[in-house]
Amino acid sequence: MRDESRVPIHSDIDIVHARQKGREFAARIGFSSGELTLIATAISELARNIVEYAQHGEMIFQAIHLAGQEGICITAKDEGPGILDVGQALQDGYSSRRSYGLGLPGTKRIVDEFEIASEVGTGTTIVVRKWKK
Amino acid sequence: MEVPILKQGGYLIASIQSALSDADLLSLRDELAYRVGRFRSRGVIVDVTALDVMDSFATRTMRSIAHMLKLRGAETVIVGIQPEVAFAMVQLGLTLEDVATALDLEEGLAYLNRGMKRENTGAR
Repeated sequence: MRDESRVPIHSDIDIVHARQKGREFAARIGFSSGELTLIATAISELARNIVEYAQHGEMIFQAIHLAGQEGICITAKDEGPGILDVGQALQDGYSSRRSYGLGLPGTKRIVDEFEIASEVGTGTTIVVRKWKK
Repeated sequence: MEVPILKQGGYLIASIQSALSDADLLSLRDELAYRVGRFRSRGVIVDVTALDVMDSFATRTMRSIAHMLKLRGAETVIVGIQPEVAFAMVQLGLTLEDVATALDLEEGLAYLNRGMKRENTGAR
């Protein structure tokens, strides 16, 4: 199994594409069907974030191993305007333009690890990890 | 991917066949708003059985479909939300609070029929 898969994100069609690619990738790692749905939903929110705020970016899926555990690492990377206030963007109810602002805080809830690095004018990189139960 | 919309009696049934892009969801919304007028439909069923993900955008669009069609005089029922999808929606904090939902097409039709019956008998 290839350890990495990349999906370029440029439009809303690519959100669907990333979701399908990511789900297949996670299925090969052996996640349950309930976990696959959570992973696909997280990918959808992260990819939409790119389309909404940066227009262009990339989703990267990687198989990860740690102390006998297997998981997936999902990276959403863009070179968009960046997020001015990361803390605020992660709050529930933070009003983003089209998705009720549930995207980031919701995604954070459904994964095991969530990291965000954003610099205004440079872009945003979000890395999430989910481990097999 | 266009969503087929069938007319059955006074109802419209939109059966989503595969994953939809944001643009597809919005055109479904617009198409239903138009057809409810064209066919004078009183009830609409949106069957989401085939959707493996209902993210914040899809959920928001389902709500706006139901609210728009209500303003056009039709009742909307969302049917077929899969158990895993329901679980993910709850985890994400997504709700369809003021939108009618039913287990499947059959239950959705029964829901609409009950509504029409109440209306016809003038029950309050």
